[in-house]
Amino acid sequence: MPPIRSYAMNNPTQRPILSVENLTTEFRISGQWHPAIRDLSFHVQPNETLAIVGESGCGKSITALSIMQLINKSQGRIAHGRIEFDGRDLTACSEREMEAVRGDALAMIFQEPMTSLNPVMTIGFQIAESVRYHRPVSKREANKRALELLELVKIPSAARRFDDYPHQFSGGMRQRVMIAMALACEPKLLLADEPTTALDVTIQVQILALLADLKETKQMGMVFITHNLGVVASIADRVAVMYGGRIIEEADVVSLFEHPTHPYTEALLKSMPRVDQPRTALHPIAGQVPPITVDMPGCRYAERCPLREARCDVSVPPLTPVAGATGHRVRCWVRAPSPMLEAVAS
Amino acid sequence: MSATSTLHPPGRLARFARLCWRRKAASAGALITLLMLLVAIFAPWIAPHDPNEQDILSRMAGPSADYLLGNDTYGRDILSRIIWGARVSLFIGVTAIGAAMVIGGTLGVLAGYFGGKLDRLIMAVMDMLLSFPSLVMGLLVVAVLGPTTLNLIIAIAFTAIAPFARIARAPTMAVKQRDFIEAGRALGYSDLRIMAVHVLPNILDEIMVLGSLWLATAIRTEASLSFIGLGVRPPTATWGGMIRDGFENMLDAPGLVIYPSIAILIIMVALNLLGDGLRDATDPKLRHE
Repeated sequence: MPPIRSYAMNNPTQRPILSVENLTTEFRISGQWHPAIRDLSFHVQPNETLAIVGESGCGKSITALSIMQLINKSQGRIAHGRIEFDGRDLTACSEREMEAVRGDALAMIFQEPMTSLNPVMTIGFQIAESVRYHRPVSKREANKRALELLELVKIPSAARRFDDYPHQFSGGMRQRVMIAMALACEPKLLLADEPTTALDVTIQVQILALLADLKETKQMGMVFITHNLGVVASIADRVAVMYGGRIIEEADVVSLFEHPTHPYTEALLKSMPRVDQPRTALHPIAGQVPPITVDMPGCRYAERCPLREARCDVSVPPLTPVAGATGHRVRCWVRAPSPMLEAVAS
Repeated sequence: MSATSTLHPPGRLARFARLCWRRKAASAGALITLLMLLVAIFAPWIAPHDPNEQDILSRMAGPSADYLLGNDTYGRDILSRIIWGARVSLFIGVTAIGAAMVIGGTLGVLAGYFGGKLDRLIMAVMDMLLSFPSLVMGLLVVAVLGPTTLNLIIAIAFTAIAPFARIARAPTMAVKQRDFIEAGRALGYSDLRIMAVHVLPNILDEIMVLGSLWLATAIRTEASLSFIGLGVRPPTATWGGMIRDGFENMLDAPGLVIYPSIAILIIMVALNLLGDGLRDATDPKLRHE
């Protein structure tokens, strides 16, 4: 784990590498379009890791796929919003333009390292392929680069394993290979969708350390999607907590863990088993995430929330700054009442 | 001799030999097919006589020292004609199935990969092609285009496109769902590249199995077309044509019909054994038996 973190990178004068504005992605379920993510806005600076946290079905993977423009067109669509990456709006790019961006300046790694490699091709071929596809290099140069990448992700005796097939690699090693492929063209932004979830804990730590190290040396932005708060604490600079397709709390990682403000974030932290405290019963969050087919005018967490009030069911609270920490914003009527909006309401 | 030598891992050759021993039927099929191919390729050097040379005095003669399998109605050497016939049969079979594999395989991968309207359109056409028995289809094409070697190849390829499209489509749909396809898309690979580099090698074994089985069918179709007189024009030696020629005198000289029939039988059995062996070898359930 990298304990020391520099906050200079959060310099607001720097241009973000990715800024998402009012992104809404919808899916068609029995003929009706239902939003899976709603009016999502966030940004990522170069050399910054934004963790997106939330439970299954909150829309975190859809967010990553939307940025990559990999939403299956027969089932889903980006209804509105802008995804500005490296100075251009990805939602306006053609499929051909996106193919040039994906795997080059914008890369993604997935949750399942065991099945994310082609079983009938050698590791070396697959990494070299990702180099050759985006760069006009000879086969020799691509192979050389692939070998460098294998060494970069710390595959032991990389040269000897170059011609091995995926089945000869363990899960952790395969995830390293996936990372090597994603980094082949030195991306400016890496989307990591639960890259350590399928790995056991000791390997998780190694992969997280590797990613943190690579982010630092390559000055790349990273969006790290996870449901594991321990992982968030060890890798993130900033955190966005998602619930029901919306960001409900956003803060730098220290503020979030010290002053969780949204009742959902609070409950999430409480429900996590801790080794540094006496063993007590866990506190699960009662109830379930409302399915995306259910439309509700108010806060989507209201029915599970201990602080629920009448106004929570009337309209969606805005993301409001929390006093005390810069950049800490929360979407809750009770915890962060917006004076101006309340005046309007009354 | 020493203990260490027995612990030494077996070499490639030894492993191959063991594999062949374990799969005797498939190996026999492969061996016979290979021999047939060699015979076909080297026919001009192997055949003892010119296949069209007529020895009028030995018309319908039985086996002799000079003519090992006897002579046909025109006094031509049956053995030489069978050897040259292998050339025609295998050439037509291999090219037709090769073409069907490429065309059908491509259509199947396209249909399976893109799905939707394209899939429905391709598969509707394939179902239409499948509804014709292959002989009827062959007859139709040859009757329309005329009986030349090229048209025969086109006719046989036509009958085999649909099965290859079907066999390619199903595993393509399965492979398409796998995570490495999504990972490839995330690396920016185009659909064409994903199909050619990442889907095709994963489904090739099933296409190859079908290929060896359909090669047998293609040879049979060629023989059938030649038998009914729509094959390669005489006097070119073909197995089907030889049976046709010998048919009238079958009772006087059964060898005229029996020997080419046996040639067809041997290659059919060999290719089916080979195909079954390939299928077993590529079936993960049977691989470790």
